[in-house]
Amino acid sequence: MNGAVRLSILQVISAYLFIIILLLIVRKRGLNREKEIIISTTRMTLQLILTGYILTYIFKTPNPIITVLVISIMEVFAIQNIIKRSKNRLSKELKKVVIFSMLTGTLFTLIYFIFIVINIKPWYNPQYFIPLAGMVIGNSMTGISLGINKLVEGFKNQVDMIECSLMLGASPKDASKSILDNAFDSAILPTINSMVGMGIVFLPGMMTGQILSGSSPLVAIEYQIAIMLGILGSVSISVIIFLLLGYKTFFNNRMQIKREEL
Amino acid sequence: MFEIKNLKFKDILDIEHLIINKNSVTSIVGESGSGKTTLLKMLNNIISPDEGEIYYEGIEINNYNPIDLRRKVVMLPQTPVIYKGSILDNILIGKRFAKSFNYNLEEIKTLLEKFNVNKNLSESAENLSGGEKQRICLIRVLIMNPEVILLDEPTSALDENTEDIVINYIVEYTKKNNKTLVMVTHAKDIAKKYSDFIIEINKRR
Ligand SMILES: Nc1ncnc2c1ncn2[C@@H]1O[C@H](COP(=O)(O)OP(=O)(O)OP(=O)(O)O)[C@@H](O)[C@H]1O
Ligand SMILES: [Mg+2]
Repeated sequence: MNGAVRLSILQVISAYLFIIILLLIVRKRGLNREKEIIISTTRMTLQLILTGYILTYIFKTPNPIITVLVISIMEVFAIQNIIKRSKNRLSKELKKVVIFSMLTGTLFTLIYFIFIVINIKPWYNPQYFIPLAGMVIGNSMTGISLGINKLVEGFKNQVDMIECSLMLGASPKDASKSILDNAFDSAILPTINSMVGMGIVFLPGMMTGQILSGSSPLVAIEYQIAIMLGILGSVSISVIIFLLLGYKTFFNNRMQIKREEL
Repeated sequence: MFEIKNLKFKDILDIEHLIINKNSVTSIVGESGSGKTTLLKMLNNIISPDEGEIYYEGIEINNYNPIDLRRKVVMLPQTPVIYKGSILDNILIGKRFAKSFNYNLEEIKTLLEKFNVNKNLSESAENLSGGEKQRICLIRVLIMNPEVILLDEPTSALDENTEDIVINYIVEYTKKNNKTLVMVTHAKDIAKKYSDFIIEINKRR
């Protein structure tokens, strides 16, 4: 690594010119979004500066407890985000399924990656563990968010069809099959699509960062390939676990659909 | 065949004792909102009563595996449900749900003809008329060969003439094959003409 060109404070500040242009446009058009723009810009800046300092500290003093703590915070944040962002009211049982599937899907992938694919030593080396965890958790979060919306909406819109299938002697799983297939598709599709454009249409964030900070593009690409596969694995595992447990929460133990809860 | 004891459901149904006989045709009548659909769903274990018991062949229905019960006691819902696919796919939907499923293509064709549906089996089912959909759903239930056939207003979208043909056929089929038929209907004359027993549900209050 030969290190990136450091930006001076003034250079960084000059990048805020874009925000000022945006603010001027917004004001002129009377869009009433000034407050949100200022707040989100400020939050982005403060959060990143803070994260920068925290990561610097963590990277300097690798410690398994701190690594695990950081992962836990990410998981909690991701799970809360899924539940809050959902357009529909979620039952308590379904929330539990979200927690379980996020944890099992992401942790399984992470452990596999850390110990087998990259084989980092020590395993808690934060410089690898934290960015990897961020990618895996972030993508599983998006996947489950998409899946949850399709699942709940599917049950709402197709309750008569599911009930008809049950009346004909279908198991709850068979009766929900089309909804589950559809939810899996929409959860996994963005990840698959992003693989297709990869390297041609855009350079993924992590690779851009690595290249800018001085790594050879070939090294960056090795990691990127491994990570894309890891992301796909994590998203699929979390979404499959989520759907296979999630549909059950719409039925009671007599294999009746819980209409009142839809 | 069915015996209901002290059944209560919300403020909708309150049935002290009711028997539905084997190898018979029973009609359920009553004004809209009186609970006819609800009662039928209970026989198919799609809804459970708040209180009371329902016996099928002497065994409380919760002691059956719900799937096994629903294959013996098949229900046709009030609103026809059409799945993606052809008319044949729709008629054979039960195949997707059961490990073993026997059917006879000739029988399906005969039923279509008898029920006056002049369509090709390979046509998409989504563009059918309301009444055609209703008859496809009916055929779907009949070819599953259940012990008990529960029909919720099976002919509500048909003209009187077709209605009579269809009900006549189903009743004949029931008698010939020693099945039990329970149907909800708004048509009092159909109920009188074809049923061995009529259950009338009165709306409470
Ligand atoms: N699960 C339920 N919980 C509470 N009320 C219900 C439930 N299912 C149905 N109802 C209500 O019970 C009443 C009876 O409904 P049901 O569908 O059985 O009537 P119906 O006799 O079949 O009427 P129609 O002839 O219009 O089809 C209705 O007022 C309905 O809103
Ligand atoms: Mg009804």
